[in-house]
Amino acid sequence: MAAKTIISRPIYGTLSPQPGKHHLFVADAEGALAIIDMAGKAPPGFFDGAEIDFIPGPEGKHIAALEALRPAQLHIAPSFASLLPRLKQTLTNAHMGLRLYLAGTEGLIGQAMQVALEAGMDHTSIQTEHRGSLARRMQCVHCKGITENVTTQPALCAHCGLLLLVRDHYSRRLAAFQGVCINAEDRSEIPPMEEAFP
Amino acid sequence: MSTGTTKLDVVVSDVVPVNDLVTRFHFRRRDGGLLPTFSGGAHVVVEMRDSDRTRLNPYSLMGSPLDTREYTISVRRDDVGRGGSLFMHRQVKPGLEMVISYPVNLFSLDLRAKKHLMLAGGIGITPFMAQTSQLAAAGGNFELHYTCRTASLGTYADVLQQRYGNRVHLYHDDREQRIDLDRLLSSQPLGTHLYVCGPAGMINWVRHRAAALGWPSETVHFEHFAAPQPGAPFDVTLAVSGKTIRVGEQQSLLEAMEAAGVDPPYLCRGGVCGQCETNVISSDGKFIHNDHWLSEEDHRSGCKIMPCVSRFEGKSLVLER
Amino acid sequence: MGITFRKETFRDDYTFRNSPEHIRRFPFPFNEDAYMYTVNIEPHVVGPKGSVLENLIDVDEHYVAEMQDRALVLAEDPLRCQSLPHMTLAGWDLLELLMEQQALGYPEHFTLERDGDRWRWINRPLGIDDTFTFGDTSTLPYGPMEYITRQSQGDFCILDQRDGNLWMDAGMVTTQADWSLDFDIGMNFFEWHAPVPLAHEKGIFTRALKFLTNIQQGKPARRLNWTMTINPRLDTSPENYHKWGPDRATVTPENVGQKVHLRVELQSFWRLPRSNAIVFPIRCYLIKMDELVTQPKWARRLHRVIRDLPEELATYKGLTRYRPTLVEWLSRLDDGSPTSPGFGPD
Ligand code: HEM
Ligand code: FES
Repeated sequence: MAAKTIISRPIYGTLSPQPGKHHLFVADAEGALAIIDMAGKAPPGFFDGAEIDFIPGPEGKHIAALEALRPAQLHIAPSFASLLPRLKQTLTNAHMGLRLYLAGTEGLIGQAMQVALEAGMDHTSIQTEHRGSLARRMQCVHCKGITENVTTQPALCAHCGLLLLVRDHYSRRLAAFQGVCINAEDRSEIPPMEEAFP
Repeated sequence: MSTGTTKLDVVVSDVVPVNDLVTRFHFRRRDGGLLPTFSGGAHVVVEMRDSDRTRLNPYSLMGSPLDTREYTISVRRDDVGRGGSLFMHRQVKPGLEMVISYPVNLFSLDLRAKKHLMLAGGIGITPFMAQTSQLAAAGGNFELHYTCRTASLGTYADVLQQRYGNRVHLYHDDREQRIDLDRLLSSQPLGTHLYVCGPAGMINWVRHRAAALGWPSETVHFEHFAAPQPGAPFDVTLAVSGKTIRVGEQQSLLEAMEAAGVDPPYLCRGGVCGQCETNVISSDGKFIHNDHWLSEEDHRSGCKIMPCVSRFEGKSLVLER
Repeated sequence: MGITFRKETFRDDYTFRNSPEHIRRFPFPFNEDAYMYTVNIEPHVVGPKGSVLENLIDVDEHYVAEMQDRALVLAEDPLRCQSLPHMTLAGWDLLELLMEQQALGYPEHFTLERDGDRWRWINRPLGIDDTFTFGDTSTLPYGPMEYITRQSQGDFCILDQRDGNLWMDAGMVTTQADWSLDFDIGMNFFEWHAPVPLAHEKGIFTRALKFLTNIQQGKPARRLNWTMTINPRLDTSPENYHKWGPDRATVTPENVGQKVHLRVELQSFWRLPRSNAIVFPIRCYLIKMDELVTQPKWARRLHRVIRDLPEELATYKGLTRYRPTLVEWLSRLDDGSPTSPGFGPD
């Protein structure tokens, strides 16, 4: 059974400037390009009250282009894990009127959104734009372990080793797609593993 | 307790003038039992039987949801409206038996909120009376800003200040006191929800400023009464059963058919299940479609009607029933 | 009087059975010889004596065994019961509803005494007699939702109502037809229904949501849903799919009657008073084919329904592997004679 696109699968848009007093951007790798494209549509002075938290990734590109936008703050982080404490602190101290923009891989968007939801933001008020890899974060429904950067269908659970169908069913709270044992009814059926989420 | 009809038989247990414009009414159950529990922000629809005319007006419940021995509402006298408030002020006396609806909440608190910021104007204070009681009992974080014309028309301002001290902020028009709205909205912690109830102009102003200052619409709540629309009586010919019936002001088309001994199938009586769908044979007039079942095209073409919720205005209507 | 509770299991040796009276009261879900998704919602009002609708919250002979099975599931996997922080008030609402309804319907088994906030709850079948303060979580051994749903048959989802949608923000889900509360918690009505085929396109969920968000206090509604399960297993969760999935490959013409079960969910919808949330009890009834076909009308009708079920539905319900065996077995009980309209046996 191939997974078809379904309603819980998040739909990402195109970043657009929102009314607000402060603007917080979180992006990784090619997500920077989404911010740069949006900057063309932003009113003058928009970035004066903006903070950009950027995870460049191994290629390390786009930093200069983001600097050129002259945001009030540009913070470069080596990984999402290293950004997390700062992001939490920023949101804890923030006021209504702060707008959040997330751009880049689904894993980044999902995890940053998780933090924002905990801080009391509503997901529909958050701007998102998907850029770059289609690799998925997947929760194994059986052992509950999260496997990062899943690119194949089916995929192996990095924790319990079951062969999982990567569904389109997506949980915002877990920031993950659901993985369900693909050959539970007959373990001798082993479907070929294909690159599905490059 | 939780089953039964949506109507409550009550008796007016007290009528208390609060100030020049506002009177408070207390209701108890006629059988002496407890009233249904409700949530802060809920309203009831009060049936006002005024000789041959029945009006249905919604009023917010303002007592504590923790005490269901009685319900209380406050009615502001409106000398030019449809007459409901005048009826309440003039005709309703302790001991009068009345019928009210079960409580319905279209203005409920978002309990996820890290803080509840409430803005009231005039008689718009009533739902906040119940909401603040509910939140205070649960240790909730709230702040109330209340604008009234004059101190003497500041209905319940004294009670609220006594109960909640500096969580209540008062503004009097006659003393030129105005909320510094932009500052207020910009200084709220992330995760705050905003509630506004008052005159339409105030609601629009607050919604507009909140949107401009970056408050997402999910965090801005305002009370809007879906005031019941009974509708004018109309006549219908039921072709299959060979009857002509009149649908009364307070009756649905479905109820009128049933009263005439014609029983179309139904499930939801709420315009969604599709069971009561009825073909129109001919019509000369205007349909008032209130259902969620038929497509827009069906609505426009006038070839079908959902009698559980929809009505008609015009010269003639013939249905395949 | 009173119910005689069966000693039985829903796992390992699977000793679950229905008594003859329970076979007759089984909520057979097909009122015609074909099945397709519809907005099959109706008012949840009391039905005839001796039916599952005799009380709005039904307690039956499987009560004690089901509660024991629930305790086993929770011990293995506490994530089956979750409540987001803002849902505690709704949990108290649910506790009140279930205590009131069970005490009302089954006074010989359950008693609720209320003196202001001071409540005493006696559950004789499970040997519970607790006094607590309504609204004070520290006076109960579990949160209010968990406390009462460990003592009530069926799964429960509590839906917060916001922005014209329903949000699955709390639940006790141990007897589910292959969906995960841990995964779905926090989702809205459309999101948790995302995996269902065809129904979105037919506009069923948009209409159903409009109805549900308008449900009023004191006016509950209900619908029936169904699927099939191999062995009388209550816990057919995705979490354990790798454990029960292989059962689907074990159906043979010889064991259909004992192994294959029709699984019917009586789902109801109630507005909760203090929280303005909606609770969705999902009461699961199981019946093995041998028991079901004791009613000839049901046998004929089930044959026709399963034979003609659209492929998408059969796949979604997980029938694919054993459908041919089942249809063949049922066909021998279908002489082609007409079936009377309505759900009940003839
Ligand atoms: C608000 C209460 C409701 C809750 C909590 C609920 C929950 C669910 C869940 C969790 C599933 C399983 C989805 C999956 O495969 O992961 C499901 C399936 C489904 N639901 Fe609902 N539901 C509700 C109301 C309704 C209503 C009102 C309708 C239609 C009128 C409906 C129609 C369906 C259908 C057709 C399925 C597929 C079932 C099957 O074929 O076995 N649901 N529901
Ligand atoms: S009875 Fe359901 S649409 Fe009219």
